Amino acid sequence: MEVTISNIRKEFDRFPALNDVSLKIASGELIALLGPSGSGKTTLLRLIAGLDFPTDGKIFFGEEDASHRSVQERNVGFVFQHYALFRHMTVAENISFGLKVRPSSARPPKAEIRRRVLELLDMVQLGGLEKRYPHQLSGGQRQRVALARAMAIEPHILLLDEPFGALDAKVRKELRRWLREFHDRTGHTTVFVTHDQEEALELADRVVVMSQGRIEQVGSADDVYDRPGSPFVFSFIGESSQLPIEVKGGTVLFQGQPIGISEAEEGAGELFFRPEDVVLVDAPDALFGKVTACRRLAGTRIAEIDIANDGHAPYHVEVEVPLHAPVELRSELRFRPTRWKIFRK
Amino acid sequence: MPDQLRSSSATSPAFRDPASEGLLAKVLLILLGLAFLGFFLVLPLVSVFVEAFRNGFGDYYEALIEPDAAAAIRLTLLVAAIAVPLNLVFGLAASWAIAKFEFKGKSFLITLIDLPFSISPVISGLVYVLLFGANSALGPFLKSYGVEILFAVPGIVLATVFVTFPFVARELIPLMQDQGTGDEEAALSLGASGWQTFWYVTLPNIKWGLLYGVLLCNARAMGEFGAVSVVSGRIRGLTNTMPLHVEILYNEYNMVAAFAVASLLAFLALVTLALKTFLELRFGAGATGGRH
Repeated sequence: MEVTISNIRKEFDRFPALNDVSLKIASGELIALLGPSGSGKTTLLRLIAGLDFPTDGKIFFGEEDASHRSVQERNVGFVFQHYALFRHMTVAENISFGLKVRPSSARPPKAEIRRRVLELLDMVQLGGLEKRYPHQLSGGQRQRVALARAMAIEPHILLLDEPFGALDAKVRKELRRWLREFHDRTGHTTVFVTHDQEEALELADRVVVMSQGRIEQVGSADDVYDRPGSPFVFSFIGESSQLPIEVKGGTVLFQGQPIGISEAEEGAGELFFRPEDVVLVDAPDALFGKVTACRRLAGTRIAEIDIANDGHAPYHVEVEVPLHAPVELRSELRFRPTRWKIFRK
Repeated sequence: MPDQLRSSSATSPAFRDPASEGLLAKVLLILLGLAFLGFFLVLPLVSVFVEAFRNGFGDYYEALIEPDAAAAIRLTLLVAAIAVPLNLVFGLAASWAIAKFEFKGKSFLITLIDLPFSISPVISGLVYVLLFGANSALGPFLKSYGVEILFAVPGIVLATVFVTFPFVARELIPLMQDQGTGDEEAALSLGASGWQTFWYVTLPNIKWGLLYGVLLCNARAMGEFGAVSVVSGRIRGLTNTMPLHVEILYNEYNMVAAFAVASLLAFLALVTLALKTFLELRFGAGATGGRH
């Protein structure tokens, strides 16, 4: 189901948690809400579910205005961060809960409920565990029970709050891949919240980057990584360094000196570049500084460089250097960004 | 290899558990603890039963079926049967509100719930005398409609409800706060109504804590002396509860009868403790999450 969020504002005790947020989610899409803690991503998810209500703005499910519908009426599958499995119920009872609480006119017969529970258990690869209690399951298994329970009510839309937050790294990776397959198989419109950019970039069709109650950028993994729309997105996603610059006569000046790159728009701004988008040069017009540390990062080597800033604390930047290139501590390194972005003040 | 390590450290006298004491200190501390326990708890309890059965089982039985004693037992059971369910509902509602919702004046409400614990039961009783007595505004008004509060069963029930108010709520609030609202939100998102959520999710989560709170509440309701003695008027056979009856018998030097009725109350206390221990053994310390 298509979901449209229109100019949503949410205040908690006059403190704005979300500020004028609008977003269109296409049917069958897998969307990640990505941001640091306090960015409002979980609040947005809870507003979509109907677990909280907006101070202002509207939420549409398809063409219908769902803003005033209760959580029960919205028919959403919500998977909670800590799963919130009912501890006194078996796995099967947990999964069938949403069907059993329906009014008798809408409740499927017992045999049908049982059939569906077993089907869902197979789907989340937990066949044979229906008589276990939640405390007898591992974290990853609980997560999948919670998902099966949410799917049992045949929701219009699936919402997951930090779905892998409480799992260890290995299980996390497996479940991530598994959720992608699960989504592709069932085709549900899915929104999940995460603070882990790797998770968001790998899993989602589109990533919604949020900060301080606003949406900073919406786009594919390539969009938000290669074409960040704001200084926040550039520094939040991936590694980056930033330097204050000025553009004069089409040339970028740092501390009044040209650094060998050019830009059309004149004026002061902030230069952003990623460690991997840098080339070492032997020319006068380049950035230069002293190497303060050098560390191996998987298949690459990263040099940390301090650029002197007469009298003030030096600028700290990171650049990737070739594995074979000899880089000595405290030696001077000259480099130029090959891809960069300048944000105006 | 690990086995060897463990056995060598267990047999070696050079190593001692760093949190443990020397043998002499151990024995002394344990003896001290036992002596204290025996003198202050076991001895009085045993003496209650010894005194009660001093003249044999016949006299003990006589003392209990004697009309005034029987009336006191009936009244105590009646008062507990009214006060405990009331406080079960109040306590549940109060802790539900405090643990699951945010609202202004919450800490004030928590303080208010603790009020009966912090003031003397005699004062609690006096409050009702002032409220419903002959010189109050309410007393004569109600009396003109034939409603007797003071020196009658309603007054005793009111005083008992007041004194036993915090037990269930105090037991449940930390438990429910600890559990949070996640389970309830999950149930609601799955389509359950508010009532279904309470019945199928909230209540099963707190049932052992609730049972324990009710046990404590009941023990206090039956044993309450101070507040009840102020409002009851101690009319034999009419407004005498068991604790009041014990005192009257004792003041009349009717030791066997006094201790016979007292032994019932002591027995109730033992049953409560046994049930509590059972609940904790059976369901772990989480069953009784409170601070009593």
